[in-house]
Parts: sequence; C-alpha cells; structure tokens
Amino acid sequence: MIGTAHFLALSAVLFSIGAVGAVVRRNVIIIFMSIELMLNAANLAFVAGSNSLGSMNGQSIVFFVMTVAAAEAAVGLAVILALFRNRQTVAADEIALLKW
Amino acid sequence: MSPLVFYPLAFVCIASAMGVVLSKNPVRSALCLVSALFCLAIFYVFLQAHLVAALQIIVYAGAVMVLFLFVITLLNLESDRGLGERPALSGIGFCAGAFVAASLVAALSSAVAPGSRGVVLPQTFGTTKVLARQLFGDYLVAFELTSVLLLVAVVGAVVLAKRDGSYEGDEQDAAPARQSEEAPH
Amino acid sequence: MEWLIGGIESLGVILVVLTLSAMLLWVERKGSALVQNRVGANRAGVFRIAAPFNLGFMNTLMADPLKLFTKEDFIPAGADRLGHALAPCVALFPAVVTFAAIPFGDTIEVGGRIINLQAINLDVGFLYITALVSLGVYGIVLAGWASNNRWALLGSIRGSAQMISYELAMGISLVSMILLYGTLDMQEMVRWQGGLLFGVLPAWGVFYQPVAFLIVLTAGIAETKRVPFDLPECESELIAGYYTEYSGGKQACFMLSDFAEIVMVSGLVTTLFFGGWQVPYLDSKAGLGLPGMTPMALPAALITALQVGAFVVKVLFFCCFQILVRWTLPRFRYDQLMNLGWKKMMPIALLNMAATALIILLVEQGR
Repeated sequence: MIGTAHFLALSAVLFSIGAVGAVVRRNVIIIFMSIELMLNAANLAFVAGSNSLGSMNGQSIVFFVMTVAAAEAAVGLAVILALFRNRQTVAADEIALLKW
Repeated sequence: MSPLVFYPLAFVCIASAMGVVLSKNPVRSALCLVSALFCLAIFYVFLQAHLVAALQIIVYAGAVMVLFLFVITLLNLESDRGLGERPALSGIGFCAGAFVAASLVAALSSAVAPGSRGVVLPQTFGTTKVLARQLFGDYLVAFELTSVLLLVAVVGAVVLAKRDGSYEGDEQDAAPARQSEEAPH
Repeated sequence: MEWLIGGIESLGVILVVLTLSAMLLWVERKGSALVQNRVGANRAGVFRIAAPFNLGFMNTLMADPLKLFTKEDFIPAGADRLGHALAPCVALFPAVVTFAAIPFGDTIEVGGRIINLQAINLDVGFLYITALVSLGVYGIVLAGWASNNRWALLGSIRGSAQMISYELAMGISLVSMILLYGTLDMQEMVRWQGGLLFGVLPAWGVFYQPVAFLIVLTAGIAETKRVPFDLPECESELIAGYYTEYSGGKQACFMLSDFAEIVMVSGLVTTLFFGGWQVPYLDSKAGLGLPGMTPMALPAALITALQVGAFVVKVLFFCCFQILVRWTLPRFRYDQLMNLGWKKMMPIALLNMAATALIILLVEQGR
C-alpha cells in the first residue's frame, strides 16, 4: 500500500534533482526549469499532506503556488529574452556584470 | 493507490526530472519537464485533488511550458555543452544533491508513520465546490492579491520583452528593429 | 463491474471517434468536390454501381489508410528520432481521449444497474477537456522541432502561437458557459439544457449565449488548424508546415488527429450549446410533449435511441459544417489571424463574460 510517506519521498527526490539542476547547469533557461521542478516537488508534498490530514488547505496553497509560478515564468522569461538581446548569451556565469 | 501504478509512474517522473537536468538540448529538457509535470498531475488525481490536477495541466503544460518552448525556439538556442564542461564541479553538485535527497527522504519518512492513511476523507474532498469555497472564503484576500500579482507580471513581462526599449540609450540598437517592425504606436 | 462498463464505453467511444475521423476523410473529399463542382473521389471502386456513391465510400475508407500505411516511413537526416516518432502519437492522443468526458446519452437502467452514457464521469469533466485541448500544442511543437527542418520549425512556432492565442478567447467564453450552467460536470450541463425557453424554444445554450457560441466555434476551428486558420501548414509558404518531414503512417496519424479534432470540436459545441443528447420536446422521464400538449409516454429504449441518435446527428452536422467552412473561406494572413484572436475575440469574450456574470448576479438577487 502506498502511503503519504511514499509521496513525500518522491517529492524530496524531485526537489533534490531540481536543486542540483539549478546549481550545476549554466543555461539560465534550464536553471529556470529546475526551479519550476522544485516548486512542483513542493506542490506534490502539499497535496500529499492535504490528503493525509483531510484538510483542503494544502490544495489551496498549491493553487497559489501555481499562480505565482505562472507569473514568475512570464517575468522570468521576459528577463531572459531581454538579457539575450543585450548580451547574446544565456550562460549564467557570463552574466557577471554586477559581480565584483 | 496501488504500488503497481505508483512505482512505474514515480520512475517515469524521476527519469523525466533527471532528463531536465541532464539533457544537452534545452528543447529536450523542456519536453522532459512536461512529462514530469504530467506524471505529477496523475499523482494528484490519485490523491483526490482533481481540480488541482486539471489546473496543473492547464497552467503548467498548457501555458507555462509552451512559453518556455516558445522562448527557446525564439532564441534559437543550440545544444550547449551540458554538464561536460566542468565534470568535477558537476560531480560535487550531484553528490551534494544525492546527500540532500537522502537526508530529506529520511527526515520525511520519519515524520510520517509508513503506510499511515491519515483520516477518512469525506466524499466531497477535493471537489471544485469545496476548494472554491475555501479560496473565495478563507483565502479571499490572498486570492485577490494574486490577481494583482498576475496583472503586474503581465505588465512587467511586456515592458521587459518589448523590442524598442523605451530607454534613450538603446536607440542605436533598436533602430533597425523599429524600421522593420513599424511599431504601431 | 463499474470499471468494466467504463472500459467498454471508453473503448467504444475511441473506436467511434477514430472511425468517424476516417470517414470524415471521405466526407472531406466529397465535400470539397461539391464545393468546387467536381465529382471527387470516385476511383476506388470494386463494385461499380451506377449510383452517386458507388460504394466509393467504403473503398476510399480502406484504400486511403492502406496506401498511407504501406508507404515508406522516411526519417530525415539530423532528426531527433525519438521525438519524430513520438510526435504523431502526442498529436493524436488528446484529440481522441477528450471525447471520453462528453456525454452521448442520459443515464439508462439496464437490469437494475444505472449506466451513465458517458465514458468517464468527472466532477471536473469540463476542465479535463480544457486541459487536454491545451495539450494539443505539444504534438505540433515536437513534430516541428524533431524534424530538423526550418519550414517545420516555422510551422510549429506559428501553430503554437496560434493555438495559445485562440485558447484564451475560447477559455474565457467557456467561463461564461460555466457561469451559466453553474457546474463543471458535462452531464449536468446537458441536463440543464433540457427544458424549454419561453415555452417554445428548447433551452439550449446557444439561445442564452450566442456570442460565446460564435467565439467557441471560431476558436475551435482555429484549434484544428484548418483553412482559414491553417497558417501552421499553409503550402504556399511552408510546404506542409510542421509535418513537412512526415510520410506514410505517421503522416496518416497527423491527418487522423486533424479529423479527430474536428469531431472533438463538434462534440464540444454540441454539448455546450446545442443541448448534447437532448431532443427538443423530448424528456427522458415524461416522454414526448409538444408545447401546449400533455406529454406522450414513450418506451425507455426508444427515448435512449432517439437521444443518442440526436447527439450523433448534431455532431455530424457540425463536422460537415466545418468541412464546408474549410473549403469555402480563403486563408487569413498571419497578422489578421493574430488581430482577430487578440484584438477582436478576446475583448468580446471578456465583455461577454462580464455581462453574463452581471446578469446572473442580478437574476439571483431578484429571485
């Protein structure tokens, strides 16, 4: 029988994969996708928790996470577009103008 | 949910997630992410979150990922070097990731007794009506604020992505683009 | 038992949709001939009977797939082989499974067991359909990207931009239908349309929401990517658009998914705006009753047959309508397409939704 623990474990694995992707990849778009993956892992944990506690709060929060993720994707991709237009690159380590 | 469904689906989900991180080609990464998100939607159905599952597909697969694919094709990104460039650093990253995963799994499994099914869910659990009542009741302020957030995001995205930047300094770069596009305003 | 009935219904629906899609290929060839004053597909005949149809129907049905599936399956150099093979399936899948949530008849009672004539009965059936419609983009994107061909890529970019643009107007119009019916359950929506409006007209959605009907039908035709909205595959600019590099069976899959989408749009329009399986003046319980007459009881089996028949007739009507539109109208230019979607249909749909919400609020308060 599959219980909440299984879903939480799956969520943890997905989150870690997303975290690794955000750290090791250089392509900004892939970093961005890894962040989406982490958000979704958190969503899975919320829905699993909501199911095991019998409370709808988890599902409501997932709804908000999705909305914010959609807003984030729109702005983030616009930033990437503007960045690419100015510097012709999407490699995160070449975008170091503000670094000292 | 039966293990016969869970484990294959979890395997596909994790494999797709790995594909996001490991693919050299960004389009393939995006398609892997779509597959992972689709698997998650199926999990939501089994967790009695039908509305969330439908929204997951409509919002993520239908809108967000199409936007990603659109930007990737628009930028005409060729395959980059993937992980091959700095293998040592990538290796460290993966080891750290595996450690994080192991500790998270351990912590979360001990938080929930294995096999516990929690409370008995009411028949209406996860229906649109119940979720809507909560969103428009308990979370009304947050709900309205997200609509403002979305509006701000739309305006911000348009301003950022607009080709003929409204800054005076960009005039030189923008001039050819403006001629060819004949901006309507 | 429940699972078995659901499985049989799902299988039946998929088979019917696929067969109907294949038949539409013949209807399209004959329909185009009708519009262009030609004879049309008349070569594939074994038993030549001097009749307008001379069995060309059956023979074309067999000959066309046979020809397509025995052709060489060509994969271009540099293509992403997995993506190239996967794309036709990804394109076909949503179009076919969408129909599962569309009710084709009322609940019937067989041997003490109540059977819902709807393959899957979902609380969120409506959102299920919207979700699957939004998945339709991936087949095109995958096909265009995996083919390693610039025309294919251009076609897929056009296609995805077009589909998300028209999904917006469609989605907003559909929201006004949800407001009207007050449910996301497709079967409930059809039941809602059972009564009479002003005592004469059947209470179909189209009489309440004519604007939404026009927008959904237009956006639906745009979703099927056929003339006048066939910019993703227009032959004078892009060879064949996103499926330029496809041949044989895979190309047949794309054709089939096009026709399956036509059936899907027809089913959606029928269910939402034309009363689904409802026959005017026929009630599932009371029987046939014209305005001003006492209802006449009919056997339950006859009522069910009439209702399913009415649904099929309505769906076929909209399929034929779409084929006529496809052979009558010229193609849009791309900017006209985008203007229509964003600057005309979007605002109209938004206004329609706001007006609907306002009227429903007023009616509720007046009650």
